[in-house]
Amino acid sequence: MAAHQSYEDQKKLVFYGLKLLGVITIVEVVFALFAKGHILPSVTFGKDGGFGQALYMLAMIGASLYKAYFIIFYFMHMAHEVRGLVLTVLMPMLLLVWAIIAFFQEGGRWGAAREQIKEKNEEVVQPAPAGKPTGYLLPGTMKG
Amino acid sequence: MAETSVSHAHETHEHGSDDQLWEGGKEPLKASYGKLMMWYFLVSDAFTFAGFLIAYGTIRFSMPTWPEPDFVFASFPFVKAHWPLVFVTFMTFVLIFSSVTMVRAVHEGHRENKRGVVFWMFLTILGGATFLGSQAYEWTTLIKYENVTLNRNPFGRFIADGVLVDANGKEVVENGAPVTVKKDDSYLLHGHEHDGKIELEKKYVRYTSGAYAGQTHQVSEGPKAFGALFFFITGFHGFHVFSGVVFLALIMINSMSGLYAARRNGYEMVEKIGLYWHFVDLVWVFVFLVFYLL
Repeated sequence: MAAHQSYEDQKKLVFYGLKLLGVITIVEVVFALFAKGHILPSVTFGKDGGFGQALYMLAMIGASLYKAYFIIFYFMHMAHEVRGLVLTVLMPMLLLVWAIIAFFQEGGRWGAAREQIKEKNEEVVQPAPAGKPTGYLLPGTMKG
Repeated sequence: MAETSVSHAHETHEHGSDDQLWEGGKEPLKASYGKLMMWYFLVSDAFTFAGFLIAYGTIRFSMPTWPEPDFVFASFPFVKAHWPLVFVTFMTFVLIFSSVTMVRAVHEGHRENKRGVVFWMFLTILGGATFLGSQAYEWTTLIKYENVTLNRNPFGRFIADGVLVDANGKEVVENGAPVTVKKDDSYLLHGHEHDGKIELEKKYVRYTSGAYAGQTHQVSEGPKAFGALFFFITGFHGFHVFSGVVFLALIMINSMSGLYAARRNGYEMVEKIGLYWHFVDLVWVFVFLVFYLL
């Protein structure tokens, strides 16, 4: 319950939350447009598939997790619930960490397998050289 | 229970006696039954959404290319130009505002201020309805004008540098120069109606780099799963918003009628729908992240 706070404190928190979420969202969007070359055409680290993109993604995920933390703890008043309730709600979310690692690994593998199948299908097989077959032949298998 | 109530004295200080243990007299985790169940419903709902979003990531990881969000989501009502991500940012702000008005409604409920509750809930409903309208606009643009459906995706990206050619392999010339494309450039294949069916335009590209250098390929549709994933996930979220608006309206009407004032429990029902409403905003934070930012 939010009974720990005065009415004025609560009002202040609401406007603080509005400012915080709004500013993070605007920073995220402007940074996304910057990283993908919409502000300076020569800057494209947000989509070039390299280290820059990995950093860009981490920054975006971090900002989103912070927004999520703020909404849960202050708008949903999780900060004022007892420890047991906080743990029963948040601990199960740790299962998702492994789900993300495992499934993304699997996705990468599907992609690699699809590439390999395509490569093998397009491979040109060299015909065997003409002439006498070489190697060991079982007696009686070559007649005539 | 009566025999075991030795510790009666120090357990009755807040939430009723052990005699009421099975009548809801004691609140586990110091939260009422309704609020607790709302939290656990939200936990299960979070797993549903997480499953969907992880499926999106998995399929995206398995594809060599994926449509670029700032190219796909660039339309804005009444504006012809490309305004990447501006409209979804507006939608995000609508949800943030409606979350803020929801917090205010809950606070007024704690003060047993009926007028305040109804006023802030009404603004919250307006926010939800605006969001739904915006989503309708976004979906209409994608389905009607850009021909994205559950199994057709005209948005793609070139896998290598190349030059556009026509069906006979002759270079396409625009403004006196051949049209070149670069690796990772985005494209949209425009569609036109033919015998009641949508047909996408045929474009050809002769690659000048990469594994297919020198070969001519038809410019194909982008990853097929994109449309299904987008419509299912944003649709599932939109359906949550819609149900939220319906429940908000019911609870606002009940508040107006004085039903919750009579209960004298600080408008707990408003608090419960508030939890749900913030959760919808919370999910949007992640939908916004994976569909529009990454």
